[in-house]
Amino acid sequence: MSSTYLGMPAFPEAAAAATRDERLRANLRHATHTIRDRRAKAVAELEDWAELRAAGAALKNRVLRHLDHYLEQVEEKVTAAGGVVHWAADAAEANRIVTELVRATGEREVVKVKSMATQEIGLNEALEREGIRCYETDLAELIVQLGDDLPSHILVPAIHRNRSEIRDIFRERMASWGRAAPEGLTDSPAQLTDAARLHLREKFLRARVGISGANFLVADTGTAVVVESEGNGRMCLTLPETLISVVGIEKIVPSRRDLEVYLQLLPRSSTAERMNPYTSMWTGTTDGDGPSTFHLVLLDNGRTDTLADPVGRQALRCIRCSACLNVCPVYERAGGHAYGSPYPGPIGAILTPQLRGTSTALDASLPYASSLCGACYEVCPVAIDIPEVLLHLRERVVQGGRVTVRGRRRTVRPARGHTSERAVLRAAQWVLDRPGALRAAQRLASRTRGLHPRRLPGPGRAWTDSRELPRVPSEPFRDWWRRTRGGAQESPGRGSRAGTSGASGDDRGQEER
Amino acid sequence: MRVALFITCVNDTLYPATGRAVVTLLERLGVQVHFPEEQSCCGQPHFNTGYRHQTEPLVRRYARVFAEYDYVVTPSGSCAAMVRDHHPQVARRARKEGRELSPAAAQQAADRTYELTEFLVDVLGVTDVGAWFPHRVTYHPTCHGLRMLGLGDRPRQLLENVRGLELLELEGAQECCGFGGTFALKNSAVSTAMGKDKARSVEATGAQAVCTVDNSCGMHIGGLLARRGSTVRPVHIAEILASTADAPYAEAAV
Repeated sequence: MSSTYLGMPAFPEAAAAATRDERLRANLRHATHTIRDRRAKAVAELEDWAELRAAGAALKNRVLRHLDHYLEQVEEKVTAAGGVVHWAADAAEANRIVTELVRATGEREVVKVKSMATQEIGLNEALEREGIRCYETDLAELIVQLGDDLPSHILVPAIHRNRSEIRDIFRERMASWGRAAPEGLTDSPAQLTDAARLHLREKFLRARVGISGANFLVADTGTAVVVESEGNGRMCLTLPETLISVVGIEKIVPSRRDLEVYLQLLPRSSTAERMNPYTSMWTGTTDGDGPSTFHLVLLDNGRTDTLADPVGRQALRCIRCSACLNVCPVYERAGGHAYGSPYPGPIGAILTPQLRGTSTALDASLPYASSLCGACYEVCPVAIDIPEVLLHLRERVVQGGRVTVRGRRRTVRPARGHTSERAVLRAAQWVLDRPGALRAAQRLASRTRGLHPRRLPGPGRAWTDSRELPRVPSEPFRDWWRRTRGGAQESPGRGSRAGTSGASGDDRGQEER
Repeated sequence: MRVALFITCVNDTLYPATGRAVVTLLERLGVQVHFPEEQSCCGQPHFNTGYRHQTEPLVRRYARVFAEYDYVVTPSGSCAAMVRDHHPQVARRARKEGRELSPAAAQQAADRTYELTEFLVDVLGVTDVGAWFPHRVTYHPTCHGLRMLGLGDRPRQLLENVRGLELLELEGAQECCGFGGTFALKNSAVSTAMGKDKARSVEATGAQAVCTVDNSCGMHIGGLLARRGSTVRPVHIAEILASTADAPYAEAAV
């Protein structure tokens, strides 16, 4: 796996390959089921979870409705507190801003707090191209970086790796990035953690520039918030002289008080903890305490366009907890890489095609990467109706429609590659809207049933390669009804009241058997 | 009360025994069942694949065909969910986009539509329908029944009152079987992987039959079980509830 999402195949092909990887399946099954069960327990402890969830959704809706106001408020407060605010319309602009800011410090190395926004814009690669090396300091991100791999989960980017794979990566790769792994390293979690701690410690102490995202931006104070479990974030946020935070514009909460809601929703939904071990908050800069220079890069990168869509905009409520990934039966089998984006799983299937559009085969396949079982919606702490958005995006893919691209309204055309499906569904609709034709088709199927093959050709193979077909019955229900009940009497407006019949019903239902 | 059966296109074409069982069961409970022959499909295959416009004639048809009934009963959780959750929305959006489709009519039809176990428990107020089914059964709650309709324990209540039936717990019962309509074809590898896990769980219970409120999910689980050479059969809940000592369930004589 090379560390880029470019040129990846559409979801069905990538997912099919993943289902054949036994070790990956086992790793994912174990990890997702463990955290899924723990989350369910952590959530069940709170009697007011439903109210918290509703509040979490309502607060974010308020922010999205008045985003312009809150963004200006953030800019004003952060600036007043000694920070510098930058506006980035897209990934390229954000990367350019950060690169220039790091260059201005004269440094060639930065330490990073785990951040989805910087994954989204490909910041590490952009900085690398300019000769600046980024060190990931979150344990799982470190594993991914050392393994020249891609993250496959929002919260646990190395979820596809097991302990022995991680030991091998540490043994083989740590030395070329800094302090080598200790001699005789085993795959015990304590030893692996210790190796990572020693490896990272020298980076924390040497780094003069830190880069982070933020989980929340408090509008009325200009305070940025990072929640984490390992303490690496705290190191990166406090030790360097310069801190650069790249934050999506939807991360705002109106006031500090609103954190009460999210600091309960987020840890229980993501790590199944009552409270995350580290919550770091900072407001601009403070003399003699922490970084003396703070830059906030506010990132749009498709968010304003997403906001313009009344159905799709709910995806912007996401607080990146990853509960939807952990409960998703499709994610569990397909793995995160198949989604071709730092945002895998159900939320990725609705976020990526909105942020990136649906013009590539991969992005157009994402809204279909779901059986619509609804488990994701059930666990989402901000009540994003993911199935609703999936259906909405499927419609955009096959029917086309109006979208907003860089602030301009445009009409997208139906995606290619759906020609035969469209023809089949159109024919089906024609038949289904004509009961006479439907009856004729059913009868034809019944009469030829002795000739039906067990394995279908063409698109039908997708069914019969793995499953038996049901046998077509000797007569469809509607023929049985007409034969035994005289269908002609059943036009609307006739028929007797309930309770007047039924005496002879028992044997009628069995007469076919 | 005037009660109509919405058979659904899948049951009509592939599982007529389920339809016959619904008629038998409801008549045994004193309900006269009507079957308006102009009915067809709820439009779910089109709608769930993204073809909302193609769903509109079927939404219109459904509202028209069932307009004169007090209750529409259907032996399918996902078709009931389609009618209740999506028909009014399809109609509203059609009107907004300038095509004639009455949201009020769609809403009225939606409000009167009941999945079979809802109709039995909520409308008729029965949980013991006098059934006899002397077999080991496990119950798989299908997703749209479970999460969209919120059927809760209605199907279980009904099954627990069936004489002779031994109800066996299914591990990971609330996990999707992987059918998902066109998902089963578009993402057949993942669909199959999900279904195989479900089939294994079903077999592990030692049941002879896996009961659902949706034959489409049953077709998927059953198709995988049969390919594995398993003898466990999918059975629709209507067929279990229709079975009595006098007229016991027999696998449809196809």
